Amino acid sequence: MKLSLTRRYRFSASHRLHSANFSEQENQRLYGKCNSPYGHGHNYVVEVTITGPVDPSTGMIANLEDLDRFVEREVVEAFDCKYLNEELPEFFTTVPTTENVVREIFGRLKNFPTAQLERVRIEETSKNSFEYLGEPSGAGQ
Amino acid sequence: MIRVTRKVEFSAAHYYHNPSLSLEENRRVFGKCNNPHGHGHNYVLEVTVAGEPDPATGMVLDLKELKDLLQREVVDRMDHRHLNHEVPELAGQIPTCENIAAAIWLLLMPKITRGRLDRVRLYESPDLFADCTSDQNADGSRPGAGVRG
Repeated sequence: MKLSLTRRYRFSASHRLHSANFSEQENQRLYGKCNSPYGHGHNYVVEVTITGPVDPSTGMIANLEDLDRFVEREVVEAFDCKYLNEELPEFFTTVPTTENVVREIFGRLKNFPTAQLERVRIEETSKNSFEYLGEPSGAGQ
Repeated sequence: MIRVTRKVEFSAAHYYHNPSLSLEENRRVFGKCNNPHGHGHNYVLEVTVAGEPDPATGMVLDLKELKDLLQREVVDRMDHRHLNHEVPELAGQIPTCENIAAAIWLLLMPKITRGRLDRVRLYESPDLFADCTSDQNADGSRPGAGVRG
């Protein structure tokens, strides 16, 4: 039997999908409405899944207050009410698609000290979600 | 392979307390959840069974049978109960989401006779849930093995 625990967090942020590798017309064709020059925003939901043995003295995989503090510090404070393209250095040159956002957030959370990070899943809207489980051992990330 | 999921709900009380820790340690580790008067949740349980549909019925298993099983094994035991005091399967354990999900897995595992129990997901609230799954894939390998961040 394997146990995991998932907690959901939220942040709101704006972004614009635009790549310097493409012309204005190509960006417009590729990203459509998401290429609008002033950006637009979402209420992102971040699902964080941790796994590991349950500590018999607490009945928990990890203390939720520890997890909340860690995610709050590493992700929510950094992303909430920000324009991802211009306020997070990771997205100065990388397009802040939610594929790239989920990988960035996984990287920020993978060193959670008291349990193993298994998965990060992001709902960009109620209709779109993206998940990342890390890369297989030996593969580049 | 097809996965079939059935959802049920139950409401129960609990609190977190480890008698081998001091009162101060209990308060520090468990915070508000250590309140000895207890508090409650509307738990939502999703049980997933995996298997191949029977060609004669088109079903992995009879959902009515699964519904009755969940009512008998889970809802009748846990609904409107205090999990610390009234559920023998949790005796001696702190009734965290992880431990309740594991207890439900152990209750259901021997009773699923068509398909195999694939996952027990227990929501304590819409923003917190525990998953209990087999620690082996169908091919005998371990899920997640060899994955790094």
